[in-house]
Amino acid sequence: MKLDYLDQLESEAIHIMREVAGQFERPALLFSGGKDSITLVHLARKAFRPGKFPFPLVHIDTGHNFQEALDFRDHLAESLGERLIVRYVEDTIREKKLKEPTGRNATRNGLQTFTLLDTIEEFEFDACIGGARRDEEKARAKERVFSVRDEFGSWDPKRQRPELWNLYNGKIHKGENVRVFPISNWTELDVWNYIRRENIALPNIYFAHERELIQRDGKLMATEGGIIKPDEGDQIVTRRVRFRTVGDISCTAAVESEASTLDAVIAEIQATRISERGETRMDDQMSEAAMEDRKKGGYF
Amino acid sequence: MDLLRFITAGSVDDGKSTLIGRLLYDSKSILADQLEAIERASKNRNTGDQSGRSASAAPVDLALLTDGLRSEREQGITIDVAYRYFQTPKRKFIIVDAPGHIQYTRNMVTGASNCQLAIVLIDARQGVVEQTRRHSLIASLLGIPHIVVAVNKMDLVGYSQDVFSNICIQYNELAQKLNTKHVTYIPMSALNGDNVVDKSENMPWYEGQALLDYLETVEVDDDLNVDQARFPVQYVIRPQTTELHDYRGYAGRITSGIFRKGDAITILPSGETSTIDAIEVAETHYDEAISPMSVVLHLADDVDVSRGDLIVRSNSQPVVTQTAEAMLCWMDTKECKVGSKYLLQVGTFRTRCSIREILFQVNVNTYEEIEGVESLKLNDLAKVVLRTAQPISFDPYDRNRTTGSAILIDETSNVTVGAVMLVTEA
Repeated sequence: MKLDYLDQLESEAIHIMREVAGQFERPALLFSGGKDSITLVHLARKAFRPGKFPFPLVHIDTGHNFQEALDFRDHLAESLGERLIVRYVEDTIREKKLKEPTGRNATRNGLQTFTLLDTIEEFEFDACIGGARRDEEKARAKERVFSVRDEFGSWDPKRQRPELWNLYNGKIHKGENVRVFPISNWTELDVWNYIRRENIALPNIYFAHERELIQRDGKLMATEGGIIKPDEGDQIVTRRVRFRTVGDISCTAAVESEASTLDAVIAEIQATRISERGETRMDDQMSEAAMEDRKKGGYF
Repeated sequence: MDLLRFITAGSVDDGKSTLIGRLLYDSKSILADQLEAIERASKNRNTGDQSGRSASAAPVDLALLTDGLRSEREQGITIDVAYRYFQTPKRKFIIVDAPGHIQYTRNMVTGASNCQLAIVLIDARQGVVEQTRRHSLIASLLGIPHIVVAVNKMDLVGYSQDVFSNICIQYNELAQKLNTKHVTYIPMSALNGDNVVDKSENMPWYEGQALLDYLETVEVDDDLNVDQARFPVQYVIRPQTTELHDYRGYAGRITSGIFRKGDAITILPSGETSTIDAIEVAETHYDEAISPMSVVLHLADDVDVSRGDLIVRSNSQPVVTQTAEAMLCWMDTKECKVGSKYLLQVGTFRTRCSIREILFQVNVNTYEEIEGVESLKLNDLAKVVLRTAQPISFDPYDRNRTTGSAILIDETSNVTVGAVMLVTEA
């Protein structure tokens, strides 16, 4: 008898979450409202029910989130009866007098790091579980499941701990913390197949719907809240779209789609010749080492 | 569909990254935008081909796909383990791409620890070299049951059958010393795609499978330890609500074997016994569960169980001891001396231990056993005797890779400094 690959990935992820519960005193689960963190919450249920989660859900809100994703987040936390902590990039900008990036493709995505580090300090979190996957990006492909960060949150790719067998070493000094990635070994398609198999609910924006958008440099960006200011040359259009990833409005593009069911979405993703981040993320396309640099700066 | 994890090992210029790139490229796992990105990067870098082949043979530098860090791209080498994912209609694959250079031996050990198969690359012009010997030793030591010897760059030796056969003979000698169970030899040119995904027309004399075909069909079930039912306890679930007042579930992952409702079990190291009352996953009950499922076990009796304990079926018990012989791969720049103390993590159990004796060090290139060694340096391999503060429970590594493995943690730096394969009670 042999387990199916989705069962194997699921079991590995549950094992990793339970290691966090067993090894740390004050862990947290970073929840963004996107499909990967929704999957993490589902895995946490499998790992800890009928008990409570041994960690709160923590959302770093850039203030540029889709309302659908925020509503979904609140509803999910409430229906699970789990604690939700929200911290706002807006507050960090005010308190620290940070300068907001301006210009055509400005995004608060980078500023999130400050709020995240402050939140870690405020609650003294020693481990933060996140939904990053190694197939997303080539710097992520090199990161350990237990990724030790110094007190500034920095990732040092040259000083990563050996990570052997299924033995995770979460021992740290005071002030350090560990980022933990239970779905490291999942691909985008694995996540979607798992969502289908487990019947996991997602915010509606993951499915095809009619929407007003700004067409810019071949990408379709949301008009919500006037966060992206249309420039000369940008066009306001109405299209049938879905979001392949759901992140900060300022750096997440929609894709044209007719897929209104999970089966149809999966079929489209299987057929696409463009990667997830390549199609929808503006923030990775600035340089060859964009993600590596952000991680060294404390980013997720 | 099942999952195969394999590692690729080779020296700096053996074409390892090119092979991985070729597997991903020819199996259509590289998406258009990723390809564009490396095409751009290839042009920027204008890296001429080191072997002197014409650039037109390789339209893009496939190696750039796998080198994720800035310094790797700058130096054109792989520094750390990278993970790649692809799937075919037959199987899902996780590729563990480990650096080949000796200073990164610890990274290869890291990468190899979870793999069921290793591809050892050999440059057809060079044959078996020192690195081949080291990589094969590590693969064998880590208990990887299947080795594929990929004789690469066959295009540069005129696709000669004699060259290939001689390398097979050379390698076979080495494999016998290492007791490697299954060795498969494939002649290929990763650069041109010969025998990687499609069978090569340039080597009609080769009757075996192309690499991908082999990877898709190789049988990797290891039935070594079905009878060793093992369950390290990770976490105790106790809701303590009014409805679930007496609920007490032991959460963990079955590392080997099968557990069934009603099984007689023993809790180690205490030796207390009980029976399995229920097996639960996400509030659903099952009659049996197999490795590697993550489950919650309920016991019939009110016994003392906590994180770090090992629950086993009573009919097949592991070794419980405070003194064990083990193979140790040293992974830290600070030397390991006889008498040094560390934290030993076996499964979910941690205890202090000391290095009581270094029985011998293994020369990773000649396989000679060197006695009288007093300390180990980064990347050294040795057989040692460990003395632990509390009893540890384990199975010999060659019978059970999960319950036979352990790590050493330095208590001052908190870093993982040693990979331990437990052999026997000393």
